[in-house]
Amino acid sequence: MSPFLFWIFALLMLMFGAAVIINRNPVASALSLVVSFLGLAALFISLDAYFIGIIQVLVYAGAIMVLFLFIIMLLDLRVEELRKINWIATAGGLAVALALMVQIFAVVESFPAAKQTFPPLVRPGSDDVHRIGLLLFNNYNLPFQIIGIVILVATVGVILLSRRETR
Amino acid sequence: MITLGHYLVVSGILFAIGFAGVMVRRNIIIILMALELMLNAANLSLVAFSRFHVDATGAPSYNAQVFVFFIITVAAAEVAVGLAIIVALFRLRQTTHVEDITKLKF
Repeated sequence: MSPFLFWIFALLMLMFGAAVIINRNPVASALSLVVSFLGLAALFISLDAYFIGIIQVLVYAGAIMVLFLFIIMLLDLRVEELRKINWIATAGGLAVALALMVQIFAVVESFPAAKQTFPPLVRPGSDDVHRIGLLLFNNYNLPFQIIGIVILVATVGVILLSRRETR
Repeated sequence: MITLGHYLVVSGILFAIGFAGVMVRRNIIIILMALELMLNAANLSLVAFSRFHVDATGAPSYNAQVFVFFIITVAAAEVAVGLAIIVALFRLRQTTHVEDITKLKF
């Protein structure tokens, strides 16, 4: 992977990730989140995880973000922009997040493996969908079926929650 | 050269951004988006470790990528249920601002 591309996509992802929480307009936040997820998908592909990168674009940048935009436009949230900012809560939240970031830096700094580069692959970019599929249906068959039940329960739950009370 | 540490630091910064979003923002929809950012930061470090651990046949460790697949699936279900709850709440109280929702406050 080229260092130049890594920095471009990492900066793109972090800048638009910050834009998600800085923007006061929810629609702009959702669109920034799309760009952030596209940058993240590029980082996945730079790590030779092609399947995960494509799933990221399809599921997150495609399905989930359309759901977010649909709900934002359905609820018509323009009133929220006029609220004044609670500066004490903002400063407290930023301080806690900054402390977390410093701690993550310290942990990565004291982690010896973090200074090593990635070892080369024997066959780069060949068959990761095949290998993930084999693992998914052999070693992780039960979790895979449980995740299917989770999706089913979520679907039923969403229909139940969004139904109007008729009585 | 790009090392494992670079990816871990980027993932940590992304997690901190998501965490700051949950702490600072008061709009439930933005809080849900910040939660998604945190889940994705965890995914990035999992994929980086998967690429870092090359096994005897010279292939990355795909177990972590299966785990990321599960996380993405659960996140999709979580967003669907969360947004349905927000819509139900908005119908009831006409707001998505967390400070307006004090029904359970003691």
